[in-house]
Amino acid sequence: MTKQTLDQKLAILSDAAKYDASCASSGGTKRNARGGGLGSNTGSGICHSYAPDGRCISLLKILMTNFCIYDCSYCINRVSSNVPRARFSVDEVVKLTIEFYRRNYIEGLFLSSGVIRSPDATMSDMVQIARKLRHEEHFKGYIHLKTIPDAAPELIAEAGLLSDRLSINVELPTDAALSTFAPEKNPGQIRRAMADVRERREVAKDRSHSGKRPPKFAPAGQSTQVIIGADASTDTAVLTQSTRLYSSYGLRRVYYSAFSPIPDASAKLPLISPPLQREHRLYQADWLLRFYGFDVDEITSVTPDGNLALDIDPKLAWALQHRGLFPLDVNRASRELLLRVPGFGVKTVNRILTTRRHRHLRYEDITRMGASMKKAGAFVTAGGWTPGSLTDSAHLRARFAPPPEQMTLF
Amino acid sequence: MQHVTVPMIGAAGAWRDAARGLLAANVAPCDVLWNAQGQGGAPDLFAADTPPLVGTAPVTVPRGFVELANSAVFHSDPQRFARLYAFLWRLRDAPHLMSDRADPELAKLRQMEKAVHRCRHKMRAFVRFREIGDPAAPRRSFAAWFEPTHYTLEMNTPFFRDRFADMDWRIVTPDVTAIFEKGKVRLEAGQAAPHLPEDASEELWLTYFRNIFNPARLKVNAMTSEMPRKYWKNLREAAAIPGLIADAPARARAMAAAAPTLPPLRAAAAQAGLARHVSAWTDTGGGLEADIRACTRCALHCNATQAVCGEGPADAALMIVGEQPGDREDLVGRPFVGPAGQLFDTLAAEAGLDRGAAYVTNAVKHFKHIPRGRKRIHQRPDAGEVQQCKWWLDAEIARSKPRLIVAMGATAALSLTGSGARITARRGSVERGSAGIDVLITLHPSYLLRLPDAAAKARATADLRADLALTVQISTNARGGPSATPR
Repeated sequence: MTKQTLDQKLAILSDAAKYDASCASSGGTKRNARGGGLGSNTGSGICHSYAPDGRCISLLKILMTNFCIYDCSYCINRVSSNVPRARFSVDEVVKLTIEFYRRNYIEGLFLSSGVIRSPDATMSDMVQIARKLRHEEHFKGYIHLKTIPDAAPELIAEAGLLSDRLSINVELPTDAALSTFAPEKNPGQIRRAMADVRERREVAKDRSHSGKRPPKFAPAGQSTQVIIGADASTDTAVLTQSTRLYSSYGLRRVYYSAFSPIPDASAKLPLISPPLQREHRLYQADWLLRFYGFDVDEITSVTPDGNLALDIDPKLAWALQHRGLFPLDVNRASRELLLRVPGFGVKTVNRILTTRRHRHLRYEDITRMGASMKKAGAFVTAGGWTPGSLTDSAHLRARFAPPPEQMTLF
Repeated sequence: MQHVTVPMIGAAGAWRDAARGLLAANVAPCDVLWNAQGQGGAPDLFAADTPPLVGTAPVTVPRGFVELANSAVFHSDPQRFARLYAFLWRLRDAPHLMSDRADPELAKLRQMEKAVHRCRHKMRAFVRFREIGDPAAPRRSFAAWFEPTHYTLEMNTPFFRDRFADMDWRIVTPDVTAIFEKGKVRLEAGQAAPHLPEDASEELWLTYFRNIFNPARLKVNAMTSEMPRKYWKNLREAAAIPGLIADAPARARAMAAAAPTLPPLRAAAAQAGLARHVSAWTDTGGGLEADIRACTRCALHCNATQAVCGEGPADAALMIVGEQPGDREDLVGRPFVGPAGQLFDTLAAEAGLDRGAAYVTNAVKHFKHIPRGRKRIHQRPDAGEVQQCKWWLDAEIARSKPRLIVAMGATAALSLTGSGARITARRGSVERGSAGIDVLITLHPSYLLRLPDAAAKARATADLRADLALTVQISTNARGGPSATPR
C-alpha cells in the first residue's frame, strides 16, 4: 500500500468523525496568550464556518484513527465495515491543529478515536496529543477529548487536566439497545466513567486547607451523545435518560444525533433519511427541561404514544393541553408561568419583568421585546390585547401546525 | 447650530467627549449636526466644525448607556451619533428609561447594538489569515482581508491581540486597518483588498470542510442563517458549498442503495425478557462482587451509576447493614462514604467500634432516587426491591457467617427480620433474623441528619451511640465465651 498523504488521512479521519454532533467551544476557563503562547478562550464559543448540513464548524473534529476493534452496528468505523482506514501520528494532529488555529479556521481540537490495541493504549495516545499541544506548543485554545470508557483512571485524570471538556457517548437511549447494537460497550462502565468525571470535577473545586485551589479538571464540563432513531425507543425514554444524566453526573449537554445512513451500513439498522425534525423537537424539549422549569413528565404526558409531536413544538403542545391556565396577563403573571407561554423565551420574560416595573405593558411593547406574538397572542392578555375566544378555540392547534402536504407520487 | 465630526478611528471616545461637552452646555439634539469622518452622506458643505464646547455642569449617565453607546457608535447607520445623543438627552431627566425595554428609541438603539455585536462576533469567526512571511521565521506573519457590515474592527483588536499574540498579523478592511507587530497594535486608514499569496494550509482546510459535511442531512437554511451569503466571497470554503449541495441527494441515495436489507428487530426484544431467577446465588466463577455489579434483578440498576458492594473482611464476626447507597456512594462505588457514613464513623469511633473489623454493606445495592433539577433526591426502596436485593444480602451472610448483624434503619430491619414495624420502638433490642443469626436493631445515621429539632437529634444520636456500644459489648462477650444475653 502506498503511503497516505496528510490530505488523504485528513479526508478519511474527518469523514469518520462527522457523526459526532458536539461542536461546542463554550465554557471552560477564560484565558489568553498575552503572557505567551497561542490562543484564547473567551468563555463563549465561536463557530468559524458552517457546512450545508447546518452544523457549525467550531473545532477541528477528527479521529486519531478510525481503526477500531469494536463492532457497534450504528458506527461507520466498526470493525466489520469496509471503509478506508487511516491513522494520524501525534505530530500530524498537533501540526494540523496549530496551523488551522493560526489561520483562524477553528477554536481548537475535538479529538476522538477508534479503539486500537486496548482502551489504555488508545487513551494514552490521545492524552499525548493534548499534552504536546499544551506543554510544547503552549496552545491556549479549546481541547475536547472523547474518553474511552475502560481507560485507566490516571489517564482520565491527566486528560481532564489538559482539556476543557471530556465526553463519553451513551450512544443509545436504553441499556438494552446498547447491548444489542454495541455488544462490546458496557452501559454500567459508561456510567461509572461519567460518575468518575463528576467526582474529579467536584474534588478539583474544593480548596485545600491552606486555601489553594487544585488545577481545574475539565472546566467546560462533560457532555454526551445519544443516537436517535436507530432503535425503537420513544422520546419519553430518551428524555428520561437525559434527565437522569443531567441530575446524576452534572452533564453540560446531551447531544441528540439523528441516526443517519452511513457508507457501508450494517444490515441491523434502518436506512431511512435521518429524523431531523424529531432531533429538533428533542432539543427543544431538552431546553424546556433545563431552562424553563418543565419536568420530564409534563412534556411527555401530552404525547399520546410517548413521542413528541413533530408538527408543533413541545411547549406549544403542552400549552394546548393546559388551556385552563391561559390567557395569562403579562402585567401580572409570575416568571414561572410566563416561561410557559409559547413564543416567550427566557430573555423576553426577563425583559417583561424589568419593564413592567416602569409601565403597563401593551401589545406593541411586547413585540419589541423579542416575543413571537404570532404564537403567544393566543395565550396572553396585555394592554390593548385580549385573545378572546381564541384561547379555547377548537381550531387553535391548526393555526400553528403546518398545512398538510400532498404526497408526491414519484 | 453645532457641527461635530467624529473620526473613524477612536470614534467611541470622540463621540463621548463631544456629547459630554454638548450636554454640559445644554445643547438640545435639534441644534447639533453630527458628521462621520470619511463616510458618504452629504455633510453640510458650508459648515466647518464648531470648536468643542466646554460645559461646567457635571454630567452623569447610567452605566448601561455607556456600554450601549460604546457599541452603537460603530454601527453603519449615518444617524447613529444623532440617535445616541437624542436618547442621552432624554436620559438626563429620566434615567430609568435605560431599563424600559418597551421604549421605541431605546429599542432601536438596542437593535443597533445587537447588530454591532453580531458583526463583531462574525468577524471573529470569519476572518481568515494567510501566511505572508517565512513559515520558519521565529515570529511568523499573517494577513487577512475582511469586509464587515459595521465598523467593528477597532472594537475587535483586543480579541485578536490576545489570541494571536505570538505572531505578527494585519487585518485590512475598507475603513480601518489593524496592524499587530512585535506585540503592539496600531490602527491605520482602510485600504483596498490587498493581494495575499496562496497558502498551502487552505487546501487542507478545504479537504476538512468537504469531508465533515454529512450529505444525508441537508439543512441549507440552517447554514445560511448563521453564515450569510454576504460573507461567502472572502471564505475560501464557501466556493465548495454549491457543489456539495448539488451532489448530496445522489450521495445519500447511493448510501441507501448500497446497503443490505434488514432483519427484524424482534430478536432483541425477545432476548431482553430472559432473566435468570434461581433461589440462591451460586458462584459461577466470577465471584460475588462481580455478580452484584452486574445485577439487573430489579429496575433500580437502570438509573444508578453502579451497584455498591459490601466492604470489610469477608469472615468478619460483625456485619453492619444500612439501607442503600446514597448520592456519594453511587458515584464512588463504596458503602458508607457520604455524610451519613461519616457520621456513622464518628459515632462508631466514640462507641469504641472498629469499622475496619466489621463487614459493612447495604440492604439494597443500587441507589434509588428521583432527579429533581440538577440534584438527585433519595427515595426509600420498596418492599419488592428489598426482596430482590435480599438475594445478595443472603449471599453475603452465607459467605461471612457473622455472629451478630446490626440492622440500621427500617429497610435493613425489614430485609433481615422480615418485619417493617416501627424502628423507634424496636431499637436497642436483639431479634432473631431470618437466617438464624441475631440482629440488633438500631437507627440509621441519615435519620439523625434529617431531624430538624436539635433536642430530638441529640437524643437520637445518644441512642445510636449507645446501640453501637451495646454491639461492642455483645461482640466482646461472644468472643469471651458465654453467649450474649439480650438486655
